[in-house]
Amino acid sequence: MSTLKIENLVAGIPGKQILNGINLTLNSGEVHAIMGPNGAGKSTLSGVVMGKPGYVVHSGSVTLDGVDLLALPAWERAQAGLHLIMQYPTEVPGVHLDDVIREAYASRGRNTSTLDAEIVAEAARIHFDMALVERSMNVDLSGGEKKRNETLQLALLKPKFAILDELDSGLDIDALRDCARRVEAATQEDNLGVLVITHYARLLEELRPDVVHILAAGKIVKSGGPELADELETTGYAGLTQ
Amino acid sequence: MSSLAHYPGVVMPTVEEEIWRYSRIEELSLDTYVAGSVVNYVDAPSDVASIVTQGAAVGECGVAMPIPVDAFAEINAIHCSGAHADIITVKTERGKSYASPVVITRTLSISGVLAAPRLIIDAAENSEVTVVEHFLSSDDISSLIAPVVEIRAAQSARVTYIAINELGNKTWKIAHQQSLGERDSTTRLFTVALGGDYARVRTEARLVGIGATTQQVALYFADKTQMHDFRTLQTHIAPRTSSDLLFKGAVQDTAKSVYTGLIRIEHEAHGSQAYQTNRNLTLSHGAWAESVPNLEIETNDVKCSHASTVGPIDDEQRFYLESRGIHPDIAERLVVLGFFNEVLERLPQIDVVSGLRAKVAAKLHAGAQ
Repeated sequence: MSTLKIENLVAGIPGKQILNGINLTLNSGEVHAIMGPNGAGKSTLSGVVMGKPGYVVHSGSVTLDGVDLLALPAWERAQAGLHLIMQYPTEVPGVHLDDVIREAYASRGRNTSTLDAEIVAEAARIHFDMALVERSMNVDLSGGEKKRNETLQLALLKPKFAILDELDSGLDIDALRDCARRVEAATQEDNLGVLVITHYARLLEELRPDVVHILAAGKIVKSGGPELADELETTGYAGLTQ
Repeated sequence: MSSLAHYPGVVMPTVEEEIWRYSRIEELSLDTYVAGSVVNYVDAPSDVASIVTQGAAVGECGVAMPIPVDAFAEINAIHCSGAHADIITVKTERGKSYASPVVITRTLSISGVLAAPRLIIDAAENSEVTVVEHFLSSDDISSLIAPVVEIRAAQSARVTYIAINELGNKTWKIAHQQSLGERDSTTRLFTVALGGDYARVRTEARLVGIGATTQQVALYFADKTQMHDFRTLQTHIAPRTSSDLLFKGAVQDTAKSVYTGLIRIEHEAHGSQAYQTNRNLTLSHGAWAESVPNLEIETNDVKCSHASTVGPIDDEQRFYLESRGIHPDIAERLVVLGFFNEVLERLPQIDVVSGLRAKVAAKLHAGAQ
């Protein structure tokens, strides 16, 4: 079993502190949801943990099985077993999914001989049209197709932990179900640990969390079971963050 | 300014002239070269062999460029009627489509010469042909090549021309591509520039017949002290003509590139559309690229757009790939090769083209910064 541990994380962008001491422990196979209003620091948290350029860490730590992730560049964090599904997946013109996955496999010393077949099988599982898989990365894809593309990469790379940054934004209901069910399956099949960052509870109807954390003004103000998400639906953030 | 001893009447341009601005023309001393030739090798399979003629045919010159457009086109014209005449013509039969491409390899094999070969592609009505002109020299050859290609596409003809520059890094190239598209014709001019010390191409597509279409597409990649210099013209003369230009380049080390493009829509060319995109990647801090797009529109009812960018690899793209566990050097290679893929995917998939991706990859050194 693996553990992703965030301790007293204080971070932000130059000149602005956004996260004011985050504590969170996520184990393999668990699903934790982080919910919060706009501006709570949700995307900053995913960016800081993955190592996206532009963020500044003031104090605290993020470790994966004791390995200090904050000391590593993004690509080494990924190799250590961390994966990020981005809210707005970047378009990379002329670069195809199989090129990326082949290099990603190679960097992990994995055999690429059956990769083409794996891509076909995984695409079918989430109803992702192979004609779209063969397009340039995220170019000319709809919101739902982009998230299917992201989910496909997650399924192939089999990380230890995945951060889903607003997987549900821009997603139609069918795509939401396909993506959420595939991530849920990975928690069973591959013991994937998931940190779901979302504004809305609807994603959590498909991807049931073990723990729900409410993030407000850069701090986790409340944690609880799945019922917390339901409560949020009726009370709204205002009721929970006061 | 004085005219040149070898080429009476020819006046060398200077960087004071706008079209030679940024060029390295002032480093060039024509007196250091003697008139010479390239070695030609023509690969024309049986279905196209009969349409290719080598030698003589001076009378054919001028099908698309009746009057030389600058000093180097003049020099080429002087060569065409002299001892070093090197004219290859490809003349299609009316209504005939040729499946095999004509592949012409022009090799500069000695130093100190100025070679000025000419290629004439004269496509008869409703015919279709692909011609590749491949320029080669080894790195120890210090010579100048001033080639001209003239392309005439008669009504409904479809011509694809691909110039591949794999000249050595001491060879200079100052080239002209001139096409003339008649009614409903399609002309496609592709350039892949990897070689040369200073390599300039002036490429002009003239749309003279109603409904004519043209595409100008280039991939250029300069490293070390190379410089690639492009002047493009999309000249719309007839109504309802369309042009689409995509030029993508990269510079690494201390290499330089210049792109200057003009869309010109003349008074009669109403209902025309013209697109122009130039994108440049600067892969090293010491590398430099300039992009200058221009529009000149003399009529209403036209659709035009132009876009141009110069900059390093996009941080977001690099991060996206790195977040998949890919080393930054490999991520960068993927992004650059992807950038060029957009051009390579537009090229006809023929043998001489299929090796180009690997050549681009070989030129891209890991960790360029």
